[in-house]
Amino acid sequence: MKIRSAQVALLPMFAIVATVYVGSILWTIGISLTPSRSLPIYEFVGLEQYVALFRSSRWTTSLVNMLVFGAGYIGGCLALGYLMAIFIDQKVRAENALRTIFLYPHAMSFIVTGLVWQWIMSPTEGIQDFVRGLGLTGFTFDWIVRPDMAMYAVIIAGIWHGAGFVMALLLAGLRGVDTEIWKAARIDAVPAWRMYLHVVTPILVPVFVTCAVLLSTHAIKSYDIVVAMTKGGPGIATEVPAKFVMDYLFERSSVGRAAAAATVMLMMVMAVAAPVLYARAAAAKG
Amino acid sequence: MSISERRPWKTVSPARIGTYAFLLVCALFFAMPLFIMLMTSFKTMEEIRSGSIFSLPSAPDLGAWVKAWSAACTGVACDGISVGFWNSVRILIPSVILSVLLGAVNGYALAHWNFRWAGIAFGLLMTGAFIPHQVYVYPLVQLFAWSGTFGTLAAIIAVHVIFGMPVMTLIFRNYFVSIPEEIFKAARMDGAGFWWVFFAIMLPMSTPIMIVAVIWQVTGIWNDFVLGLIFAGRENLPMTVQLNNIVNSQFGEREYNVDMAATILTALVPLVLYFISGRWFVRGIAAGAVKG
Repeated sequence: MKIRSAQVALLPMFAIVATVYVGSILWTIGISLTPSRSLPIYEFVGLEQYVALFRSSRWTTSLVNMLVFGAGYIGGCLALGYLMAIFIDQKVRAENALRTIFLYPHAMSFIVTGLVWQWIMSPTEGIQDFVRGLGLTGFTFDWIVRPDMAMYAVIIAGIWHGAGFVMALLLAGLRGVDTEIWKAARIDAVPAWRMYLHVVTPILVPVFVTCAVLLSTHAIKSYDIVVAMTKGGPGIATEVPAKFVMDYLFERSSVGRAAAAATVMLMMVMAVAAPVLYARAAAAKG
Repeated sequence: MSISERRPWKTVSPARIGTYAFLLVCALFFAMPLFIMLMTSFKTMEEIRSGSIFSLPSAPDLGAWVKAWSAACTGVACDGISVGFWNSVRILIPSVILSVLLGAVNGYALAHWNFRWAGIAFGLLMTGAFIPHQVYVYPLVQLFAWSGTFGTLAAIIAVHVIFGMPVMTLIFRNYFVSIPEEIFKAARMDGAGFWWVFFAIMLPMSTPIMIVAVIWQVTGIWNDFVLGLIFAGRENLPMTVQLNNIVNSQFGEREYNVDMAATILTALVPLVLYFISGRWFVRGIAAGAVKG
């Protein structure tokens, strides 16, 4: 039968799914239950690596940082992206130019994003230096070198990178909203802001969910932007889980601990993705 | 709003002014970093030390660009970012071709040739797309080490094909599903086999989605940092990794003009692609976003 050709054609996919998307994940989970250091040792030690992991202040700091970054980055991108989409949708001039400017950061890598913002926020070279040069010698904008504020500096860079993406998706959503709704609103003299708040936003909820899920996977994966911008510092102020795994794998030769950390990351992603995948599967069936 | 409706050409309403003011502030926020990068890259170090980041270069100087391209140092080697550029090109071309073709074959097979296991494998692949690379890294390093390919061009290309597969498969599958079943059935009635239908009917119809897929992969692979860092090996480090090495491991005084020129050079390929592809880029974002 010809179905055989289709099966042959899908062999690479089957092989990759089996070895990478199933095999490696199980392997990583397996190693997280062993005392492996620089080389894998296949000896079962239960959850010891996880216990040690959560005793490490660097890991707990990384987790908290990821949550702070995720909240700020996702919230910031959604809020700014939605506002930009709404304002662009007011039949403004130069719409194409504005959209191009808002979205171009998304074409650049997180490495480039991190390096650029590192310079802009550098107290001795960037905005602080510029404003002081204007005569406001007391002006301070040194978030990037302050342990309590450095994570917010990374959030700003993240929003710069991602808000245009949200804007693009939401603008498409806004354009898809039935124009009859707006005509009805005009007849009833409902103010525009109430329309957006009570009518349009609820319609766009699926688009918001899509954006939030995609951004949250970025937030959990975030590594490049931190490496480029702060290298995890000052101190461990901007350490994140993805960097923790990389450092413990390749610098500290602690494969078991790294695998435990990666497994925790995996569980966090599933916690975010599972409801969405489930809802989608349910919708597809029903 | 009501005022501007009555006299649209005479009065500019406060709401209108507010709209433009907000958009202008946003535009400045988004454009500022690129502006600073460009301005700084055309200055001499002398001028950078004495002036501010927002000032225009008094006499545009290409020295920093030349140095960034051909003489900037990454650790001990001082061959410039051009080494990374060519490495990225060597990684990019085979990775994009292979991943797009594989995605097209997968998408076509899944869309029109339903059989057991295919759905399950596709579901697992899609789930895998959400999972951070850190979960796969160690086992993959081991597998490549066993096969003797760790740290080679082949390894990094394979890794890009592997991690590009979920989105590539998804967007091609969604595209091929939308092609009317009748076309496919008619071809099969005439005795056309799997590959014949693919090459003679499906591929010629898939130019738009090909463009979307290529843009998606070129941007993603060019901008990759972590996979190149781990799998490419010393000899093949991509441009992003080299850029980070140049900027973040410098000794002595930092040459901001060279750093910024190197940064722009690294961002250039996806930026040019973005500016010339316009709406296709947005289409790609929307197509890839379906996975969310």
